Amino acid sequence: MTSAKEEILGRIRAALGESRSVPTVVPRDYRTHGSDEPGSPAVLDLLEDRLVDYKASVHRTASADLAGTVRQVLAALLPEGGRVLVPAGLPPDWVPDASTDEGFDAPTLDGFAAVVTGCAAAAAQTGTIALDGAPDQGRRAITLVPDIHVCVVRAGQVVQTVPELLARLDPTRALTFVSGPSATSDIELQRVEGVHGPRTLAVVLVTD
Amino acid sequence: MRIALFVTCLGDALFPDVGKATVMLLERLGHEVVFPDRQTCCGQMHVNTGYQHEALPLVRHHVEVFEPYDVVVAPSGSCVGSVRHQHAMVARRHGEERLAARAEGVGARTYELSELLVDVLGVEDVGAFFPHRVTYHPTCHSLRMLRVGDKPLRLLRNVRGIDLVELPDADQCCGFGGTFAVKNADTSTAMLADKMRNVLDTRAEVATAGDASCLMQIGGGLSRLRAGTRTLHLAEILASTEEVVA
Amino acid sequence: MSGIFLGMPVHAPRGVGALRGAEPFPVAARTALANTQLRRNLGHATATIRAKRAAVVSELDDWEELRRAGEAIKTATMTRLDEHLEQLERAFTARGGTVHWARDANEANEVVTRLVQATGEREVVKVKSMATQEIGLNEALEAVGIAAYETDLAELIVQLGHDTPSHILVPAIHRNRSEIREIFLREMAGVDPMLTDEPRMLAMAARAHLRRKFLSAKVGISGANFAVAQTGTLVVLESEGNGRMCLTLPQTLITVMGIEKLVPTWTDLEVFLQLLPRSSTGERMNPYTSTWAGRHEGDGPRDVHLVLVDNGRTATLADEIGRQVLNCIKCSACMNVCPVYERTGGHAYGSVYPGPIGAVLSPQLTGIEDNASLPYASTLCGACFDACPVRIDIPSVLVHLRAKHVEQQREDHRLPSAEALSMAAASWVMSTSTRFSAAEKASRIGRLLGARRGRITMLPPPFSGWSASRDVPLPPRESFREWWAGRGGATS
Repeated sequence: MTSAKEEILGRIRAALGESRSVPTVVPRDYRTHGSDEPGSPAVLDLLEDRLVDYKASVHRTASADLAGTVRQVLAALLPEGGRVLVPAGLPPDWVPDASTDEGFDAPTLDGFAAVVTGCAAAAAQTGTIALDGAPDQGRRAITLVPDIHVCVVRAGQVVQTVPELLARLDPTRALTFVSGPSATSDIELQRVEGVHGPRTLAVVLVTD
Repeated sequence: MRIALFVTCLGDALFPDVGKATVMLLERLGHEVVFPDRQTCCGQMHVNTGYQHEALPLVRHHVEVFEPYDVVVAPSGSCVGSVRHQHAMVARRHGEERLAARAEGVGARTYELSELLVDVLGVEDVGAFFPHRVTYHPTCHSLRMLRVGDKPLRLLRNVRGIDLVELPDADQCCGFGGTFAVKNADTSTAMLADKMRNVLDTRAEVATAGDASCLMQIGGGLSRLRAGTRTLHLAEILASTEEVVA
Repeated sequence: MSGIFLGMPVHAPRGVGALRGAEPFPVAARTALANTQLRRNLGHATATIRAKRAAVVSELDDWEELRRAGEAIKTATMTRLDEHLEQLERAFTARGGTVHWARDANEANEVVTRLVQATGEREVVKVKSMATQEIGLNEALEAVGIAAYETDLAELIVQLGHDTPSHILVPAIHRNRSEIREIFLREMAGVDPMLTDEPRMLAMAARAHLRRKFLSAKVGISGANFAVAQTGTLVVLESEGNGRMCLTLPQTLITVMGIEKLVPTWTDLEVFLQLLPRSSTGERMNPYTSTWAGRHEGDGPRDVHLVLVDNGRTATLADEIGRQVLNCIKCSACMNVCPVYERTGGHAYGSVYPGPIGAVLSPQLTGIEDNASLPYASTLCGACFDACPVRIDIPSVLVHLRAKHVEQQREDHRLPSAEALSMAAASWVMSTSTRFSAAEKASRIGRLLGARRGRITMLPPPFSGWSASRDVPLPPRESFREWWAGRGGATS
């Protein structure tokens, strides 16, 4: 008996017939690079503008003050008694009293109010932050279940356009692109921020 | 310039005033108009209803009739659209590659009225006079098949005495769509109702467009409502002068 | 011989899935048109999303270049679809995933059912997926006692309302806030009885309702927006985070995907990640996009499956004009600009794929005889082509499918319909000017029939649909050609 795979591939070959010999040239006349350099003030301003438009908060800091800024942001957002989770590779001095992810199950993750991570790269034009599971970001579940996500983005990680963003990422890793807090427009096309993912996204932007 | 008029079957049989206006307008501008009298129909209705086999003799006939002319004009966006974009396709579907190439030639020399005036004859002020409140509906095929853009509006803005008012949601289809109006009469009527409401909201005396077919839809609806707003083809307004008012 | 026979593309089978409506479009449309609430909801929703899309599209000065690239990438992919699929399978398998192939809806449902049963679970959580709706997966799972929970807010509204989706992107577009509140109060166990109809309150009710499901779910089922052949990467775009929940928290993930959803390389995705969000939700970027390539150690599901479904796609591919429809990235922009969809809504199309794209996709997947009214459900106004991010020439495909329908009826030696006879007659009349001229004179008989004060108000069937709401112009006393002849003008 022919397998489904063989049969489907056979159908495709029969369907295409001679037409597969016609080559198609892909015109790539669209922008593959931004007008501004990665990490430049213009690109950082654009990223902030887009994130704020999505109802994320943006907190600028110099790298020397980073740990203090992260703690300030958390203090302002955390509910009374709220616990903070961090991935194993996050510098320990950022949030000294946080719990490090040990592969907690989902209900345990649900017990954390906030998570603090770094990121892999960001695109200013669309206000997108990419996470790739590196040690300072951790596995996907930890940035999903807690209700507050504090994400540290360094200037050098910020590019202007989507093509530049993808070029910086490894497609064989598990990636998450975050553009603002979770949202829905399913009821009368009215946007509501915060559904199942973190309802609060705070971005700490390291400008140097 | 010597210009061959393709008056269209609808224009010939039901709306002869549109063809007459086109002739008078072009002659007033100093051009010679000829009417190849063996012409019939572009076959668009056949093609759009699925009867390409039946459209083939019409395509062949049209190509034979209009091939000798350097410039052909039709006062219809959708018929020009059919000549330009469908004729070669019909021929190819029936394996008639030579006819397809000839049809492409005729299509490239066939212009909708506003295209002819603005692009070929280079005129935006045709010296018309029309002292009425007018709103313009850009028909879908002139807008999206021919991409005439604002050429009709540029012509209308230069008409003396005209009070041109913008039509809300102008780019929305009137719901005609050829046999769509019969096969899907209820949906067509719902679309027409919105178009009429927009026309009436402008309080225009005249609704105009570049296609007699769409005007038949809008005008038929307005007539049923006894709305008092009449429809006139773009050619009729542009042909209108102090001496001969449309 | 048998090899050739086995290789013949086949349409989606009857009796399963959601590609065929119970009524032809004009009949179903009549019901929708009579529902004034529905028309208000639709008019509001489509106008809102049209404006949002226009605003974000105008931000990009390379939008047309992106459209052309998107069109070309998809077209090129289709001409090497078999090779790309095998490449995808190799890459996904090399990274610990398992690939399954399904000839049609029945086989896809069997594969997924078997995979779920192997886990021993009786519940699955689902991310909104067109492919699983198309094949009727929820019904198939239900038949063996497995409950499938839709987690997208709109899908939840549809599922709780015992309803069917009416839009690809906003499946509950036909419902307004007070209808949604009523559904939640009636169907959502433990919901606050003081629930208001404020969208934020309704969204929070859905969050609370689904939270426990997400945290305990062992099996997730998804579709995929894209699959990158070269790297074996699957891509899901979403907004609410329900997708991330389903893709990340369960131990088993089963993704069901049509075989056409491929792009060859990771770089190609840079085009579609710009085209899709702006075209669909009218956002610069959707809140969340997830990608995974097989299994990821210590991160997400341990057991990762991909089910590749044909279900009529190869039959669509076999049509040289119609195959461009497979380039569709399911953004729904064509629905939002379609004047027919705006009046009738999605249910009138009978298929899970409504609107202009549905009118060209459903008949090709099922074979045209099963969706024969859909290609005619358009005025050919062309707004869909202008909105399409991959430049699918929907009007031309509609015209092509109409021709195919007529040709097929002719081949089947059906008795010619009244329409076919009148079209043949019109062709005969109009292929010479002598006959046409004679017919014009004959039509003037209309002047004697029922004409009052220059208009005709009633026509016999099949044209009574016209005269129900519009007057018919009275044929003039003199045709143009008679006027021209009388004027002595040049005729050649």
